[in-house]
Amino acid sequence: MALSASSPAPPDPALVALNRFGLGARPDDDLGKIAADPRGYLKAELKQQDIALIPADASKNAGLLDSAAAIQASMAAAAERKAARDAKAAPAMQPATDTANNPTDAKEKPVAPPVEADIYRDEAQARFDRALGAAPGFVERLVGFWSNHFCISVAKGQIVRACAGAFEREAIRPFVLGRFADMLLAVEHHPAMLFYLDNQQSIGPDSRAGKRRGRGLNENLAREILELHTLGVGSGYAQADVTSFAGMLTGWTMAGRRGRLGEPGTFVFNANAHQPGEAVLLGKTYPAGGMGQAEAALNDIARQPATARHIATKLARHFLADDPSPQSVAHLAEVFTKTDGDLRALALALVDQPEAWSMPLTKLRSPFDYVVAVRRAIGASAGNEPQRTLRWLRALGEPLWQPPGPNGFSDRTDNWASAEGLKTRLDIAWQAARQADNVGNPDAMLSTLIGASASAETREAIARAESKQQGLALLLMAPEFQRR
Amino acid sequence: MSLLCETPNPSRRAVLMTGGALFAWAYLPRFARAADNRDPRLIVIVLRGALDGLSTVGPVGDPDYAGLHGDIALSLSGANPALPLDGFFALNPAMPVFARLFKAGQAAVVHAAATGYRDRSHFDGQDVLESGLPGPGNATTGWLNRALASLPAGERIAKAGGLAVGPSTPLVIRGSAPVLGWAPQALPTPGDALAERVLDVYNHRDPVLAAALQKGLDADRMALGDQLDGRTMKPKGGLDNAAGMRQSAQGAAKLMASDDGPRIAALAFDGWDTHVNEGGATGRLANLLGGLDGAFEEFEEGLGERWKDTAVVAITEFGRTARINGTVGTDHGTGTVVLLAGGAIKGGRVIADWPGLKPAQLYEGRDLAPTSDVRAVLKGLLADQVGLSAAVLGDRVFPDSAAVKPMRDLVV
Repeated sequence: MALSASSPAPPDPALVALNRFGLGARPDDDLGKIAADPRGYLKAELKQQDIALIPADASKNAGLLDSAAAIQASMAAAAERKAARDAKAAPAMQPATDTANNPTDAKEKPVAPPVEADIYRDEAQARFDRALGAAPGFVERLVGFWSNHFCISVAKGQIVRACAGAFEREAIRPFVLGRFADMLLAVEHHPAMLFYLDNQQSIGPDSRAGKRRGRGLNENLAREILELHTLGVGSGYAQADVTSFAGMLTGWTMAGRRGRLGEPGTFVFNANAHQPGEAVLLGKTYPAGGMGQAEAALNDIARQPATARHIATKLARHFLADDPSPQSVAHLAEVFTKTDGDLRALALALVDQPEAWSMPLTKLRSPFDYVVAVRRAIGASAGNEPQRTLRWLRALGEPLWQPPGPNGFSDRTDNWASAEGLKTRLDIAWQAARQADNVGNPDAMLSTLIGASASAETREAIARAESKQQGLALLLMAPEFQRR
Repeated sequence: MSLLCETPNPSRRAVLMTGGALFAWAYLPRFARAADNRDPRLIVIVLRGALDGLSTVGPVGDPDYAGLHGDIALSLSGANPALPLDGFFALNPAMPVFARLFKAGQAAVVHAAATGYRDRSHFDGQDVLESGLPGPGNATTGWLNRALASLPAGERIAKAGGLAVGPSTPLVIRGSAPVLGWAPQALPTPGDALAERVLDVYNHRDPVLAAALQKGLDADRMALGDQLDGRTMKPKGGLDNAAGMRQSAQGAAKLMASDDGPRIAALAFDGWDTHVNEGGATGRLANLLGGLDGAFEEFEEGLGERWKDTAVVAITEFGRTARINGTVGTDHGTGTVVLLAGGAIKGGRVIADWPGLKPAQLYEGRDLAPTSDVRAVLKGLLADQVGLSAAVLGDRVFPDSAAVKPMRDLVV
């Protein structure tokens, strides 16, 4: 069965379930297990309570820190690094007679270990483990979708690097099958987001702090909430709405290292920095009310029709097609509105879209989905050190929790089907094939991982491979493996 | 308007656009000038995140500038003085290469420039900037690719195709004309045998993937294959840091310098969204500008003999607020700069119809008011470097833009 963009044939439903909605087949007969009822299999995963959570009580995850602890560790490390720098700078002011003859001194590494990098790596490992073990992985795909919708970037600074994983565990995972408004509020309260979009520094010009320090608004968070997180660009809000909303959000911040406002690294509302008075957003007046003022606004915009359309369009684009049918988008928007943003209902509605099962697999797997599918295919333990996976993601242009902008990584095939991208996938397929410690018969792997949908050309190319490794690499590069 | 800065000459433009306007533009394209062995290159660098033009090329002669831009305003005095370009504008000191080129008549600035987009969404702004369409939408092709596609088949620039640098292809160069993709990488590469077999499957089953992989393999061979000393480039960082910018320019220059290499290239550098602690003469923005400056230098060195025929243009989706915000940064604004460099540029000029920075002169009371259209600059470059007529530029390359006249005399 062909899978190229030009092919009219609908693919095998089991492959649709595993590729379009899930994270790809594993060698232990995922395809066979779900063949009888692929839709039911996807829906069964959505029914499992707490399936999206990464439980901290499991021994494997025991080392994961909540965001406050992670941020405190980062703050402590930053203080140590600063002390080390200061200590080093002080003698440099003296005539450097000793160090001039002692080159090892000059190359001395900073004393503080890169604690943020360690936390980031552990969090990455927890996410990869989750993706490698999930069956079929629809919920993990939803986590990825929402994490990208509400993205933060570790390039912003060490604080975000330290709490990026905790952000996803605390503000995304608990709500993936819950209510959109709840996720929205959790995200916008989270220190990672307040840091990433600069709100922790935004100060109401007429607030006590603003008058004293002569500082003021930063519009970044307010603008991106309206443009990216909820209503969508071009939905009718004006610059005045952005400015007004920025004022409502002042005071939403994170307690600092000294803990004057609260436990360091946690969300706090700093009334001293909050722009006082009532504010107008989208024509509605919100009375003065401290933190509750912006919360009320968030609760309102989470339920706007424009938000429903925006979310429906993005979900359909992610799971169905770059340009999904208007009917699908309209239906999903209707479900969003009718259920008050119930994201489980929305996921179920996606599975029930006829389009999902009739269209050929035309979208290219994103780098994360591709890398995970490769690792699942070669056996979850093979080469599964987080640094290797992180390096692959970076090479493919989708470094974990590090999108180029607050609109996240692109969800369009064009963006990933680039010359450089395909060449890098070839390199990765080759590396993965060499890492797989037990390459079985590639023909059998093709049956297990792609099944009846494998094209004659792919089948033949793998059967004629020069080596088992080459056969496996061919499988990992096959259109049936790349497309979803 | 300041008399200290050079402005486009409206009377001359008017003359060209009236009597026989089409013929005035259908002059002999410069690439066809076999007599002087000209073989032009055009490199487009997209700066994602909205560059603060007022901190890149500061209007230090404007009495309102320092007050608005506050602590991050450039100044001719102080510890890190800005580099004077003329009596009115000065360059961020992080850009000594650009300053040197400017003095040598090989770099120019167009100030108070913007596309036709007037809202403040990065993503729509980039969509308009790169698609060349009048407004945002689901654009799938970019103006640079459509420019390539508009050239006669077999023409040298068209035949060599475009070059896209980075892990994904910027929209500006996506489209039907062939584009080579390349990015610095350091992964062990598989043998040719595997690549050939994968290509064979793709050619039968998935032409889109076949074309992409073929281009990727070609680019890799061109960029790395001829390094006789066996050294391969190690990645130094992403495209939002100085080393990464420099390195991608280095690789692109290598590909473009060869006689059968692409003449047209697109690069995208990230990280220009400076809401907080933007810095001025030093700091975050200055670090990025240093990276851009490094990229100019790599192109100058790497293109060697071809630098004299090269035009590099750096563009961004919009500018930033004229007034600094509450966190010593700037929010999304409108007017900004276009930076031009290369031996083909008629440089040494800041081209600006300066709107002024008094409250009433700011766009919506916030931003540097745009007085030049970025599309006019790009059209001028495409006309003179690539030889496209104003009609094709106004119709196919930048649809519905006939009213935006190409800016003349940007190229030597």
